[in-house]
Amino acid sequence: MAIFVNRETKVIVQGITGRDGSFHTGKMLEYGTKIVGGVTPFKGGLEVEGVPVFNTVAEAVSRTGADTSIIYIPPAFAAGSVIEAVEAGIKNIVCITEGIPVTDMMTVAHYVRSKGARLFGPNCPGIITPGETKIGIMPGHIFSRGPVGVISRSGTLTYEVVHNLSSAGLGQSTVIGIGGDPIIGTKFVDCLEAFKEDSETKAVVLIGEIGGSDEEMAADYIKKHFSKPVAVFIAGKTAPKGKRMGHAGAIIHAGKGTAESKVALFREAGAVVVDLPVDIAAAVKAFF
Amino acid sequence: MKLLEYQAKHLLKEYHVPIPEGFVVKGLSELNKVVQQLGGRCVVKAQILAGGRGKAGGVRLAGTLREAAAAAEDLLGKPLETYQTAGQGEMVNALLIEEQLSFLKELYFSVTYDRETQTPVMMLSAEGGVEIEEIAVKKTDSIRKVHVNPLTGIQEHHIRELYLSLGRGKEGYRAFTELVRNIYRLYMERDAAMVEINPLVLLPDDTFLALDAKMIIDDNALFRHGDLVEIRKVPDDEQQEVEAREKGLSFVKLDGDVACMVNGAGLAMATMDMIKHNGMEPANFLDIGGSSNPQKVIEALDIIMKNPRVKVIFINVFGGITRCDDVANGFKKALSRRSLEIPMVMRLTGTNEKEGRRILEEIGYEAFTDLKEAVARLKEVRNGIREGN
Repeated sequence: MAIFVNRETKVIVQGITGRDGSFHTGKMLEYGTKIVGGVTPFKGGLEVEGVPVFNTVAEAVSRTGADTSIIYIPPAFAAGSVIEAVEAGIKNIVCITEGIPVTDMMTVAHYVRSKGARLFGPNCPGIITPGETKIGIMPGHIFSRGPVGVISRSGTLTYEVVHNLSSAGLGQSTVIGIGGDPIIGTKFVDCLEAFKEDSETKAVVLIGEIGGSDEEMAADYIKKHFSKPVAVFIAGKTAPKGKRMGHAGAIIHAGKGTAESKVALFREAGAVVVDLPVDIAAAVKAFF
Repeated sequence: MKLLEYQAKHLLKEYHVPIPEGFVVKGLSELNKVVQQLGGRCVVKAQILAGGRGKAGGVRLAGTLREAAAAAEDLLGKPLETYQTAGQGEMVNALLIEEQLSFLKELYFSVTYDRETQTPVMMLSAEGGVEIEEIAVKKTDSIRKVHVNPLTGIQEHHIRELYLSLGRGKEGYRAFTELVRNIYRLYMERDAAMVEINPLVLLPDDTFLALDAKMIIDDNALFRHGDLVEIRKVPDDEQQEVEAREKGLSFVKLDGDVACMVNGAGLAMATMDMIKHNGMEPANFLDIGGSSNPQKVIEALDIIMKNPRVKVIFINVFGGITRCDDVANGFKKALSRRSLEIPMVMRLTGTNEKEGRRILEEIGYEAFTDLKEAVARLKEVRNGIREGN
């Protein structure tokens, strides 16, 4: 069954004519994703990988019936692109762009929610339901279909863990990169709620990082409402305190948001926490 | 990007927030005129980015020109060590000379963002001053927090709620309203990640004034604040990090000898975790970021090799938006410009993996697919190097 997206999901690509946008349009089509259109202002009428390009999202939606969008737009214009998508009636928006200002994202996150739409990211690898649809930048060949739901704040670390799972014969139901920025759309808890209702998902892997309190909220949710087994890895245990490790979010404040506090709360909630990302598969295997 | 106090105050002034009368001095010869203009009595404040300045003697009261000159001579052109400067001290290149003011009360006021609510949050405490961090931990109730919905913006009741927590009468409300509105507008318009006024002082005439100011501007928003980029002062210990950021790399120097180059912050942190777990110490955190650009690999190698302690390089790339062939091409180009005198272990997998491996083969390198195997090999190589070499 999977969550959020499936083979029926009709996707448009915002920024389809750019270097990354066009390359990954090809890769997504190759994977089987239903890419029905693209948007680049003043490039309407062109085609990229056989996909028609429109000038506005509204036009793309009315001509193709798309309900989902993926955004490869530079940071200065990305927030506006999300709002354009919501106004055009898009329900699921995946924002790949890295480096969007926080003040822009605060407004966008609230606006998206107020309209009942859903945002993944920004600064995320996207979402994939293996064998059905890939809406993102992840290398498709490492994924395989199965009972494990994966939620992660990091992009490449997700690939590491998925590679580890697939190599051990553990397929995935849906894999969601929620993004590494301080302000993101869909959070860990939103994904856990969806995985809870998904009968195909029998276990969940959660990849967190130091900084912020989303992991703490997820641990609290697991403790109170989530009975499926969960395996957790928290990156940044050895990061020096007070230093920023790339993600604007990975800042440690006065004992809050540390790897130790997150690990302790997940353990208390009954999740299995592993020391290294390459140990995830063994932990999940023990669930079955 | 952090601003110095006088830079932050310059912005406050632009937004009509009252600040003390003051002048920036970068040489002792300018001091005379400035102190005379302030009437002899003044405050001499070292301009550094690190916090903890007051406790470290970086702020001096002077009653006469002679006292001001002594303080200035003591501070200017010398490093000032605070509990936040980590041993080295930060060079004082400028002083802010301000008038001395009498005030009734020290308060604390700040605007920043709350990740949980995804909104700006304003914080006010009736107990401002140098002990605010302790107050924040021990007496959380004494800090009033008000969240602002970014869709509707700041409202009168937000300000009223803050003001009422001070337990004061209506006299100061007008001035307070104007102050909070102006600081909030500055916070939003200038893309601040934090504006902190500590202390905010209450003057005898029921108005407020920013006696000190700290400001951090969101690095992601610098593209629309060219005026701020121009005045940027880079902290001594972050030179390399800022230089790296300008090239699209995210770099933090650490104490070990295993240099890392990784794509993605999460994987980079996990790679450091794995290195430590195997008894080695990372020399740096380095994320070459998403998106492909062979040039980034060349620049990343340059930065890594500037650290003389590095004994071995570990490259870990799991291609997604980053393509393996771009990384391999960058590596090949870098080697054509400089030879690699220290051993390198590489792990390369993901998008365009085959193409990447072919390029590496051409120049006589190979790469692992599996991370565990790559780290095991790294450990072997590192252990084979004699200490002190």
